[in-house]
Amino acid sequence: MSFVTVEDVFQSYGQRPIIERVNLSVDEGEFISIVGASGCGKSTFLRLLLAQERPTRGQVTIADAPPAKEPGLDRGVVFQRYSVFPHLTVRENVVAGESFRRPWGRFFGQERKEAQARADETLVRCGLNHVADNYPATLSGGMQQRLAIGQALAARPRILLLDEPFGALDPGTRLSMHDFLTELRAEIGMTIFMVTHDLEEAFKLGDRVLVFDKTRWDPHDQDRYGATITYDFDARNGGIPFQTLEEETHVLQAH
Amino acid sequence: MRLINIKPSRPLAVVLTLLPFALVFLAYAIGSEVRLAANPQDKLLPAPGKVFDTAIRLISEGDRRTGRILFWHDTWASLKRLGIGISISAFVGLLFGLLIGLLPVARRLLAQFVAVLSMIPPLALLPILFIVFGLGELSKVVLIVIGTLPFLIRDLSQRVLEVPEELLVKAQTLGASSWVIAIRVALPQVMPRLIQSVRLSLGPAWLFLIAAEAIASDLGLGYRIFLVRRYLAMDVILTYVIWITILAFLIDWALRRISRRFFPWAEEGL
Repeated sequence: MSFVTVEDVFQSYGQRPIIERVNLSVDEGEFISIVGASGCGKSTFLRLLLAQERPTRGQVTIADAPPAKEPGLDRGVVFQRYSVFPHLTVRENVVAGESFRRPWGRFFGQERKEAQARADETLVRCGLNHVADNYPATLSGGMQQRLAIGQALAARPRILLLDEPFGALDPGTRLSMHDFLTELRAEIGMTIFMVTHDLEEAFKLGDRVLVFDKTRWDPHDQDRYGATITYDFDARNGGIPFQTLEEETHVLQAH
Repeated sequence: MRLINIKPSRPLAVVLTLLPFALVFLAYAIGSEVRLAANPQDKLLPAPGKVFDTAIRLISEGDRRTGRILFWHDTWASLKRLGIGISISAFVGLLFGLLIGLLPVARRLLAQFVAVLSMIPPLALLPILFIVFGLGELSKVVLIVIGTLPFLIRDLSQRVLEVPEELLVKAQTLGASSWVIAIRVALPQVMPRLIQSVRLSLGPAWLFLIAAEAIASDLGLGYRIFLVRRYLAMDVILTYVIWITILAFLIDWALRRISRRFFPWAEEGL
Protein backbone atom coordinates (compact mmCIF):
# COMPACT_ATOMS: atom_id res chain seq x y z
CA MET A 1 0.00 0.00 0.00
CA SER A 2 1.58 3.19 -1.16
CA PHE A 3 1.71 6.02 1.38
CA VAL A 4 3.20 8.80 -0.71
CA THR A 5 2.32 8.64 -4.40
CA VAL A 6 3.85 10.82 -7.08
CA GLU A 7 2.06 10.44 -10.40
CA ASP A 8 3.53 11.66 -13.68
CA VAL A 9 4.79 14.94 -12.22
CA PHE A 10 6.22 17.69 -14.47
CA GLN A 11 7.44 21.03 -13.20
CA SER A 12 8.66 23.92 -15.32
CA TYR A 13 9.51 27.52 -14.52
CA GLY A 14 8.20 29.50 -17.46
CA GLN A 15 9.50 27.77 -20.59
CA ARG A 16 12.16 25.89 -18.71
CA PRO A 17 11.35 22.32 -17.62
CA ILE A 18 13.01 21.31 -14.35
CA ILE A 19 11.69 17.83 -13.75
CA GLU A 20 9.62 15.62 -15.98
CA ARG A 21 7.77 12.31 -15.85
CA VAL A 22 8.46 11.60 -12.19
CA ASN A 23 6.62 8.61 -10.80
CA LEU A 24 7.21 7.34 -7.32
CA SER A 25 5.51 5.26 -4.72
CA VAL A 26 6.74 5.21 -1.15
CA ASP A 27 5.58 3.05 1.74
CA GLU A 28 4.93 4.41 5.20
CA GLY A 29 8.08 4.47 7.33
CA GLU A 30 10.55 4.43 4.44
CA PHE A 31 13.57 6.71 4.46
CA ILE A 32 14.15 8.08 0.97
CA SER A 33 17.45 9.78 0.11
CA ILE A 34 17.47 11.97 -2.96
CA VAL A 35 20.75 12.73 -4.69
CA GLY A 36 21.81 14.29 -7.96
CA ALA A 37 24.01 16.99 -9.46
CA SER A 38 23.41 20.65 -8.67
CA GLY A 39 20.45 22.08 -10.55
CA CYS A 40 18.97 18.68 -11.38
CA GLY A 41 15.70 19.49 -9.71
CA LYS A 42 15.99 17.52 -6.48
CA SER A 43 15.20 20.58 -4.38
CA THR A 44 12.33 21.38 -6.75
CA PHE A 45 11.03 17.87 -6.18
CA LEU A 46 11.20 18.42 -2.42
CA ARG A 47 9.28 21.69 -2.78
CA LEU A 48 6.62 19.77 -4.70
CA LEU A 49 6.41 17.19 -1.92
CA LEU A 50 6.15 20.08 0.53
CA ALA A 51 3.37 21.67 -1.57
CA GLN A 52 5.36 24.92 -1.52
CA GLU A 53 4.98 24.70 -5.31
CA ARG A 54 2.34 22.92 -7.32
CA PRO A 55 3.40 20.77 -10.28
CA THR A 56 2.51 21.95 -13.80
CA ARG A 57 1.30 18.40 -14.48
CA GLY A 58 0.61 15.37 -12.36
CA GLN A 59 -0.01 15.20 -8.65
CA VAL A 60 1.48 14.32 -5.29
CA THR A 61 -0.77 12.57 -2.79
CA ILE A 62 -0.05 11.64 0.80
CA ALA A 63 -2.13 8.95 2.49
CA ASP A 64 -4.81 9.22 -0.20
CA ALA A 65 -5.65 12.81 0.79
CA PRO A 66 -6.42 15.23 -2.07
CA PRO A 67 -3.25 16.99 -3.38
CA ALA A 68 -2.31 19.89 -1.08
CA LYS A 69 -2.40 23.48 -2.35
CA GLU A 70 -0.06 24.92 0.27
CA PRO A 71 2.27 23.62 2.99
CA GLY A 72 0.39 22.29 5.97
CA LEU A 73 0.50 20.24 9.14
CA ASP A 74 0.89 16.91 7.34
CA ARG A 75 4.37 17.80 6.08
CA GLY A 76 7.24 18.73 8.36
CA VAL A 77 10.36 20.34 6.97
CA VAL A 78 13.94 21.11 7.97
CA PHE A 79 15.98 23.37 5.71
CA GLN A 80 19.72 23.78 5.58
CA ARG A 81 19.40 27.21 7.21
CA TYR A 82 16.70 29.43 8.73
CA SER A 83 14.76 26.45 10.07
CA VAL A 84 14.23 27.77 13.58
CA PHE A 85 12.70 31.05 14.68
CA PRO A 86 15.51 33.33 15.88
CA HIS A 87 13.21 35.44 18.07
CA LEU A 88 12.01 32.47 20.14
CA THR A 89 14.03 30.64 22.77
CA VAL A 90 14.87 26.99 22.20
CA ARG A 91 11.94 25.83 24.33
CA GLU A 92 9.53 28.28 22.70
CA ASN A 93 10.63 27.00 19.31
CA VAL A 94 9.56 23.48 20.22
CA VAL A 95 6.30 24.69 21.80
CA ALA A 96 5.65 26.60 18.56
CA GLY A 97 5.50 23.22 16.82
CA GLU A 98 2.24 22.59 18.66
CA SER A 99 0.91 26.08 19.31
CA PHE A 100 1.16 27.73 15.87
CA ARG A 101 -2.01 25.99 14.71
CA ARG A 102 -4.01 27.85 17.40
CA PRO A 103 -5.92 31.07 16.61
CA TRP A 104 -3.36 33.23 18.45
CA GLY A 105 -0.41 30.95 17.78
CA ARG A 106 0.15 30.34 21.48
CA PHE A 107 -1.11 28.39 24.47
CA PHE A 108 -2.48 29.90 27.66
CA GLY A 109 -2.64 28.77 31.28
CA GLN A 110 -2.58 25.07 32.08
CA GLU A 111 -2.25 24.06 28.43
CA ARG A 112 0.85 26.19 28.18
CA LYS A 113 2.49 24.46 31.13
CA GLU A 114 1.72 21.04 29.68
CA ALA A 115 3.10 22.04 26.28
CA GLN A 116 6.27 23.31 27.93
CA ALA A 117 6.66 20.04 29.81
CA ARG A 118 6.26 18.10 26.54
CA ALA A 119 8.74 20.45 24.87
CA ASP A 120 11.25 19.76 27.65
CA GLU A 121 10.92 16.03 27.00
CA THR A 122 11.59 16.61 23.31
CA LEU A 123 14.60 18.75 24.22
CA VAL A 124 16.00 15.98 26.42
CA ARG A 125 15.67 13.59 23.47
CA CYS A 126 17.47 16.12 21.24
CA GLY A 127 20.15 16.71 23.88
CA LEU A 128 19.21 20.39 24.12
CA ASN A 129 17.67 20.56 27.59
CA HIS A 130 20.63 22.49 29.00
CA VAL A 131 20.09 25.39 26.57
CA ALA A 132 16.28 25.51 26.73
CA ASP A 133 16.19 29.22 27.62
CA ASN A 134 18.82 30.36 25.12
CA TYR A 135 18.14 31.90 21.74
CA PRO A 136 19.06 29.80 18.68
CA ALA A 137 21.78 32.27 17.61
CA THR A 138 23.86 31.11 20.60
CA LEU A 139 23.66 27.46 19.48
CA SER A 140 26.12 25.64 17.23
CA GLY A 141 25.01 24.60 13.73
CA GLY A 142 24.42 20.99 14.75
CA MET A 143 22.36 22.00 17.78
CA GLN A 144 20.25 24.32 15.65
CA GLN A 145 19.50 21.49 13.21
CA ARG A 146 18.63 19.12 16.07
CA LEU A 147 16.27 21.81 17.35
CA ALA A 148 14.77 22.21 13.87
CA ILE A 149 14.11 18.47 13.66
CA GLY A 150 12.65 18.41 17.18
CA GLN A 151 10.41 21.36 16.34
CA ALA A 152 9.21 19.76 13.10
CA LEU A 153 8.42 16.49 14.92
CA ALA A 154 6.57 18.32 17.71
CA ALA A 155 3.91 19.16 15.12
CA ARG A 156 3.48 15.39 14.41
CA PRO A 157 3.60 15.52 10.59
CA ARG A 158 2.82 12.53 8.36
CA ILE A 159 6.09 12.89 6.44
CA LEU A 160 9.31 14.73 7.23
CA LEU A 161 11.23 16.54 4.49
CA LEU A 162 14.90 17.37 4.97
CA ASP A 163 16.53 19.74 2.47
CA GLU A 164 20.28 19.20 2.79
CA PRO A 165 19.88 19.33 6.57
CA PHE A 166 23.51 18.61 7.38
CA GLY A 167 25.09 20.43 4.43
CA ALA A 168 26.44 23.30 6.52
CA LEU A 169 27.86 21.16 9.33
CA ASP A 170 31.42 20.00 9.90
CA PRO A 171 32.13 16.28 9.34
CA GLY A 172 32.23 15.31 13.04
CA THR A 173 28.95 17.02 13.83
CA ARG A 174 27.47 15.48 10.72
CA LEU A 175 28.28 11.97 11.96
CA SER A 176 26.67 12.62 15.34
CA MET A 177 23.63 14.03 13.53
CA HIS A 178 23.42 10.77 11.56
CA ASP A 179 23.31 8.83 14.83
CA PHE A 180 20.72 11.22 16.21
CA LEU A 181 18.50 10.83 13.16
CA THR A 182 18.90 7.04 13.10
CA GLU A 183 17.92 6.75 16.77
CA LEU A 184 15.01 9.11 16.32
CA ARG A 185 13.80 7.10 13.37
CA ALA A 186 14.02 3.82 15.22
CA GLU A 187 11.79 5.43 17.85
CA ILE A 188 9.11 7.02 15.71
CA GLY A 189 9.36 5.21 12.35
CA MET A 190 8.41 8.22 10.29
CA THR A 191 8.43 8.51 6.50
CA ILE A 192 11.38 10.73 5.65
CA PHE A 193 12.61 12.32 2.43
CA MET A 194 16.11 13.76 2.52
CA VAL A 195 17.86 15.71 -0.22
CA THR A 196 21.63 15.55 0.09
CA HIS A 197 24.84 16.12 -1.84
CA ASP A 198 26.65 13.46 0.11
CA LEU A 199 26.32 10.01 -1.50
CA GLU A 200 27.76 8.23 1.52
CA GLU A 201 25.21 9.93 3.76
CA ALA A 202 22.43 9.04 1.33
CA PHE A 203 23.27 5.33 1.40
CA LYS A 204 24.03 5.26 5.12
CA LEU A 205 20.70 6.74 6.21
CA GLY A 206 18.32 5.86 3.41
CA ASP A 207 16.28 2.74 2.72
CA ARG A 208 16.12 3.85 -0.88
CA VAL A 209 18.33 6.25 -2.79
CA LEU A 210 16.76 8.11 -5.70
CA VAL A 211 19.05 9.67 -8.29
CA PHE A 212 17.80 12.65 -10.27
CA ASP A 213 19.39 13.21 -13.66
CA LYS A 214 18.55 14.23 -17.18
CA THR A 215 17.85 11.36 -19.52
CA ARG A 216 17.83 13.51 -22.64
CA TRP A 217 20.37 16.12 -23.59
CA ASP A 218 20.06 18.79 -26.26
CA PRO A 219 23.63 19.90 -26.98
CA HIS A 220 22.39 23.22 -28.38
CA ASP A 221 20.05 24.02 -25.52
CA GLN A 222 21.06 22.70 -22.11
CA ASP A 223 17.77 23.70 -20.51
CA ARG A 224 15.58 21.99 -23.07
CA TYR A 225 14.79 18.90 -21.01
CA GLY A 226 14.17 18.37 -17.34
CA ALA A 227 15.49 15.71 -14.99
CA THR A 228 13.76 12.63 -13.72
CA ILE A 229 14.47 9.71 -11.40
CA THR A 230 17.11 7.66 -13.21
CA TYR A 231 18.01 5.18 -10.45
CA ASP A 232 16.11 3.86 -7.50
CA PHE A 233 18.57 1.92 -5.35
CA ASP A 234 17.74 -0.35 -2.49
CA ALA A 235 20.07 1.05 0.14
CA ARG A 236 19.25 -1.21 3.05
CA ASN A 237 22.10 -3.29 4.46
CA GLY A 238 24.70 -0.78 3.39
CA GLY A 239 23.49 -0.67 -0.19
CA ILE A 240 23.99 -4.39 -0.85
CA PRO A 241 20.59 -5.81 -1.77
CA PHE A 242 19.26 -9.32 -1.27
CA GLN A 243 20.99 -9.72 2.10
CA THR A 244 17.84 -10.55 4.01
CA LEU A 245 16.10 -13.74 3.17
CA GLU A 246 12.43 -13.12 2.86
CA GLU A 247 11.33 -16.60 1.87
CA GLU A 248 11.61 -20.03 3.39
CA THR A 249 14.64 -21.68 1.83
CA HIS A 250 14.55 -25.05 3.63
CA VAL A 251 18.24 -25.62 2.89
CA LEU A 252 19.48 -24.73 6.35
CA GLN A 253 17.07 -26.95 8.20
CA ALA A 254 18.54 -29.83 10.16
CA HIS A 255 16.41 -32.68 8.88
CA MET B 1 52.09 48.68 11.06
CA ARG B 2 49.15 49.28 8.78
CA LEU B 3 46.73 52.04 9.67
CA ILE B 4 43.80 49.64 9.58
CA ASN B 5 45.39 47.60 12.37
CA ILE B 6 46.01 50.46 14.76
CA LYS B 7 43.36 50.39 17.47
CA PRO B 8 43.25 53.16 20.09
CA SER B 9 43.81 52.19 23.72
CA ARG B 10 41.07 52.95 26.24
CA PRO B 11 42.36 56.40 27.42
CA LEU B 12 43.17 57.42 23.85
CA ALA B 13 39.69 56.34 22.74
CA VAL B 14 38.10 58.65 25.33
CA VAL B 15 40.34 61.53 24.24
CA LEU B 16 39.53 60.92 20.57
CA THR B 17 35.79 60.80 21.29
CA LEU B 18 35.86 64.09 23.17
CA LEU B 19 38.30 65.83 20.82
CA PRO B 20 35.84 67.02 18.12
CA PHE B 21 33.49 68.42 20.78
CA ALA B 22 36.37 70.27 22.42
CA LEU B 23 37.62 71.59 19.08
CA VAL B 24 34.22 72.97 18.11
CA PHE B 25 33.84 74.60 21.51
CA LEU B 26 37.34 76.03 21.25
CA ALA B 27 36.73 77.40 17.76
CA TYR B 28 33.52 79.03 18.95
CA ALA B 29 35.20 80.50 22.03
CA ILE B 30 38.05 81.98 19.98
CA GLY B 31 35.66 83.37 17.35
CA SER B 32 33.50 84.87 20.07
CA GLU B 33 36.55 86.32 21.82
CA VAL B 34 37.82 87.94 18.62
CA ARG B 35 34.46 89.49 17.73
CA LEU B 36 33.79 90.72 21.28
CA ALA B 37 37.26 92.27 21.45
CA ALA B 38 36.45 94.27 18.33
CA ASN B 39 32.91 95.14 19.42
CA PRO B 40 31.75 94.42 23.00
CA GLN B 41 28.11 94.87 21.83
CA ASP B 42 28.38 92.06 19.25
CA LYS B 43 25.35 89.75 19.41
CA LEU B 44 26.29 87.18 16.78
CA LEU B 45 28.72 85.09 18.84
CA PRO B 46 27.95 85.64 22.55
CA ALA B 47 30.61 84.47 24.98
CA PRO B 48 30.19 80.86 26.24
CA GLY B 49 29.77 82.25 29.74
CA LYS B 50 26.89 84.43 28.61
CA VAL B 51 25.17 81.51 26.89
CA PHE B 52 25.55 79.51 30.10
CA ASP B 53 24.07 82.33 32.20
CA THR B 54 21.17 82.63 29.76
CA ALA B 55 20.60 78.89 29.90
CA ILE B 56 20.43 79.00 33.72
CA ARG B 57 18.01 81.94 33.55
CA LEU B 58 15.83 80.20 30.95
CA ILE B 59 15.44 76.95 32.85
CA SER B 60 14.93 78.50 36.28
CA GLU B 61 13.18 81.88 35.95
CA GLY B 62 9.54 82.29 35.06
CA ASP B 63 8.14 84.52 32.39
CA ARG B 64 7.76 88.10 33.68
CA ARG B 65 4.13 88.32 32.59
CA THR B 66 2.74 84.86 33.40
CA GLY B 67 5.33 83.45 35.80
CA ARG B 68 5.52 80.21 33.80
CA ILE B 69 8.97 78.88 33.00
CA LEU B 70 8.55 78.98 29.23
CA PHE B 71 11.56 76.73 28.60
CA TRP B 72 9.85 73.70 30.13
CA HIS B 73 6.47 74.55 28.61
CA ASP B 74 8.14 74.79 25.19
CA THR B 75 9.87 71.47 25.74
CA TRP B 76 6.70 69.73 26.86
CA ALA B 77 4.64 71.12 23.95
CA SER B 78 7.23 70.06 21.38
CA LEU B 79 7.83 66.61 22.85
CA LYS B 80 4.10 65.97 22.98
CA ARG B 81 3.69 66.80 19.28
CA LEU B 82 6.75 64.77 18.38
CA GLY B 83 5.67 61.80 20.50
CA ILE B 84 2.11 61.68 19.18
CA GLY B 85 3.26 62.12 15.58
CA ILE B 86 5.97 59.47 15.73
CA SER B 87 3.74 57.02 17.60
CA ILE B 88 1.01 57.28 15.00
CA SER B 89 3.57 56.90 12.23
CA ALA B 90 5.17 53.88 13.86
CA PHE B 91 1.85 52.13 14.45
CA VAL B 92 0.41 52.78 10.98
CA GLY B 93 3.78 52.07 9.38
CA LEU B 94 3.99 48.72 11.15
CA LEU B 95 0.46 47.78 10.09
CA PHE B 96 0.99 48.65 6.43
CA GLY B 97 4.51 47.26 6.45
CA LEU B 98 3.17 43.87 7.56
CA LEU B 99 0.32 43.99 5.04
CA ILE B 100 2.58 44.89 2.12
CA GLY B 101 5.34 42.55 3.18
CA LEU B 102 3.18 39.49 3.78
CA LEU B 103 0.25 39.70 1.39
CA PRO B 104 1.01 39.72 -2.36
CA VAL B 105 -2.41 41.29 -3.01
CA ALA B 106 -1.76 44.18 -0.63
CA ARG B 107 1.72 44.58 -2.14
CA ARG B 108 0.28 44.99 -5.63
CA LEU B 109 -2.34 47.37 -4.31
CA LEU B 110 -0.17 49.61 -2.15
CA ALA B 111 3.56 49.31 -2.79
CA GLN B 112 3.72 51.56 -5.86
CA PHE B 113 1.18 53.94 -4.39
CA VAL B 114 3.27 54.42 -1.24
CA ALA B 115 6.41 54.78 -3.36
CA VAL B 116 4.80 57.64 -5.29
CA LEU B 117 3.38 59.23 -2.12
CA SER B 118 6.79 59.22 -0.51
CA MET B 119 8.07 61.46 -3.31
CA ILE B 120 5.78 64.34 -2.26
CA PRO B 121 7.82 66.88 -0.28
CA PRO B 122 5.88 67.06 3.02
CA LEU B 123 6.71 70.71 3.62
CA ALA B 124 5.00 71.58 0.34
CA LEU B 125 1.82 70.21 1.90
CA LEU B 126 2.14 72.33 5.04
CA PRO B 127 -0.07 75.19 3.74
CA ILE B 128 -2.75 72.65 2.82
CA LEU B 129 -2.52 71.14 6.30
CA PHE B 130 -2.90 74.57 7.89
CA ILE B 131 -5.94 75.26 5.72
CA VAL B 132 -7.55 71.87 6.31
CA PHE B 133 -6.64 71.19 9.93
CA GLY B 134 -6.30 74.74 11.22
CA LEU B 135 -3.35 76.22 13.02
CA GLY B 136 -3.72 74.08 16.16
CA GLU B 137 -1.91 70.95 17.31
CA LEU B 138 -3.50 68.71 14.70
CA SER B 139 -1.80 70.18 11.65
CA LYS B 140 1.63 69.89 13.30
CA VAL B 141 1.09 66.27 14.26
CA VAL B 142 -0.24 65.48 10.80
CA LEU B 143 2.84 67.06 9.22
CA ILE B 144 5.11 64.81 11.29
CA VAL B 145 3.01 61.78 10.34
CA ILE B 146 3.01 62.65 6.64
CA GLY B 147 6.71 63.37 6.77
CA THR B 148 7.79 60.11 8.39
CA LEU B 149 5.09 57.58 7.47
CA PRO B 150 6.02 56.76 3.83
CA PHE B 151 9.61 56.04 4.82
CA LEU B 152 8.49 53.82 7.69
CA ILE B 153 6.04 51.88 5.50
CA ARG B 154 8.63 51.31 2.79
CA ASP B 155 11.37 50.39 5.22
CA LEU B 156 9.24 48.02 7.29
CA SER B 157 7.60 46.31 4.33
CA GLN B 158 11.10 45.73 2.96
CA ARG B 159 12.15 44.19 6.29
CA VAL B 160 9.10 41.92 6.27
CA LEU B 161 9.99 40.84 2.74
CA GLU B 162 13.47 40.01 3.99
CA VAL B 163 12.15 37.52 6.53
CA PRO B 164 13.57 34.29 5.06
CA GLU B 165 11.07 32.36 2.94
CA GLU B 166 12.13 29.24 4.86
CA LEU B 167 10.71 30.62 8.10
CA LEU B 168 7.36 31.38 6.48
CA VAL B 169 7.19 27.88 4.96
CA LYS B 170 8.23 26.35 8.26
CA ALA B 171 5.48 28.22 10.09
CA GLN B 172 2.96 26.95 7.54
CA THR B 173 4.07 23.36 8.09
CA LEU B 174 3.42 23.94 11.79
CA GLY B 175 -0.15 24.82 10.88
CA ALA B 176 0.07 28.60 11.30
CA SER B 177 -2.60 30.75 9.63
CA SER B 178 -1.69 34.03 7.87
CA TRP B 179 -2.70 35.86 11.03
CA VAL B 180 -0.50 33.71 13.27
CA ILE B 181 2.40 34.11 10.83
CA ALA B 182 1.89 37.89 10.99
CA ILE B 183 1.80 38.16 14.78
CA ARG B 184 4.15 35.33 15.77
CA VAL B 185 6.76 35.32 13.00
CA ALA B 186 6.79 38.57 11.02
CA LEU B 187 5.86 41.05 13.75
CA PRO B 188 8.48 40.02 16.31
CA GLN B 189 11.11 39.92 13.57
CA VAL B 190 10.44 43.49 12.41
CA MET B 191 10.00 45.02 15.89
CA PRO B 192 13.74 45.69 16.35
CA ARG B 193 13.76 47.13 12.85
CA LEU B 194 10.80 49.34 13.74
CA ILE B 195 12.79 50.90 16.56
CA GLN B 196 15.74 51.29 14.20
CA SER B 197 13.52 53.00 11.61
CA VAL B 198 11.97 55.28 14.22
CA ARG B 199 15.48 56.29 15.27
CA LEU B 200 16.25 57.19 11.66
CA SER B 201 12.92 59.02 11.32
CA LEU B 202 13.52 61.20 14.35
CA GLY B 203 15.76 63.57 12.38
CA PRO B 204 13.07 64.35 9.77
CA ALA B 205 10.43 64.41 12.54
CA TRP B 206 12.29 67.19 14.38
CA LEU B 207 12.70 69.03 11.09
CA PHE B 208 8.99 68.96 10.37
CA LEU B 209 8.12 69.80 13.96
CA ILE B 210 10.31 72.88 14.03
CA ALA B 211 9.16 73.96 10.57
CA ALA B 212 5.51 73.72 11.61
CA GLU B 213 6.17 75.51 14.91
CA ALA B 214 8.16 78.25 13.23
CA ILE B 215 5.25 79.13 10.96
CA ALA B 216 2.26 78.94 13.27
CA SER B 217 2.40 78.27 16.99
CA ASP B 218 2.39 80.01 20.34
CA LEU B 219 4.48 77.51 22.25
CA GLY B 220 7.25 75.06 21.38
CA LEU B 221 10.99 74.88 20.95
CA GLY B 222 10.90 75.76 17.24
CA TYR B 223 8.48 78.61 17.88
CA ARG B 224 10.77 80.11 20.55
CA ILE B 225 13.84 79.96 18.32
CA PHE B 226 12.11 81.74 15.47
CA LEU B 227 10.56 84.24 17.87
CA VAL B 228 13.81 85.38 19.49
CA ARG B 229 15.54 85.43 16.08
CA ARG B 230 13.84 88.81 15.64
CA TYR B 231 15.89 90.20 18.55
CA LEU B 232 19.08 88.48 17.42
CA ALA B 233 19.11 86.74 20.82
CA MET B 234 21.81 84.27 19.87
CA ASP B 235 22.31 83.21 23.49
CA VAL B 236 18.70 81.99 23.67
CA ILE B 237 18.84 80.37 20.23
CA LEU B 238 22.03 78.52 21.09
CA THR B 239 20.59 77.32 24.39
CA TYR B 240 17.54 75.95 22.60
CA VAL B 241 19.59 74.36 19.81
CA ILE B 242 21.84 72.62 22.33
CA TRP B 243 18.78 71.51 24.29
CA ILE B 244 17.11 70.07 21.17
CA THR B 245 20.32 68.25 20.33
CA ILE B 246 20.51 66.78 23.83
CA LEU B 247 16.84 65.73 23.67
CA ALA B 248 17.28 64.08 20.27
CA PHE B 249 20.38 62.28 21.49
CA LEU B 250 18.64 61.06 24.66
CA ILE B 251 15.63 59.78 22.73
CA ASP B 252 17.91 57.95 20.32
CA TRP B 253 19.87 56.46 23.19
CA ALA B 254 16.70 55.40 25.01
CA LEU B 255 15.34 53.68 21.89
CA ARG B 256 18.60 51.82 21.43
CA ARG B 257 18.47 50.66 25.04
CA ILE B 258 14.87 49.52 24.61
CA SER B 259 15.83 47.58 21.52
CA ARG B 260 18.70 45.85 23.31
CA ARG B 261 16.57 45.13 26.33
CA PHE B 262 13.57 43.63 24.56
CA PHE B 263 15.14 42.04 21.48
CA PRO B 264 18.34 40.46 22.75
CA TRP B 265 18.25 37.91 19.89
CA ALA B 266 18.68 40.71 17.33
CA GLU B 267 21.88 41.94 18.93
CA GLU B 268 23.98 42.27 15.80
CA GLY B 269 23.06 45.19 13.56
CA LEU B 270 21.76 47.44 16.31
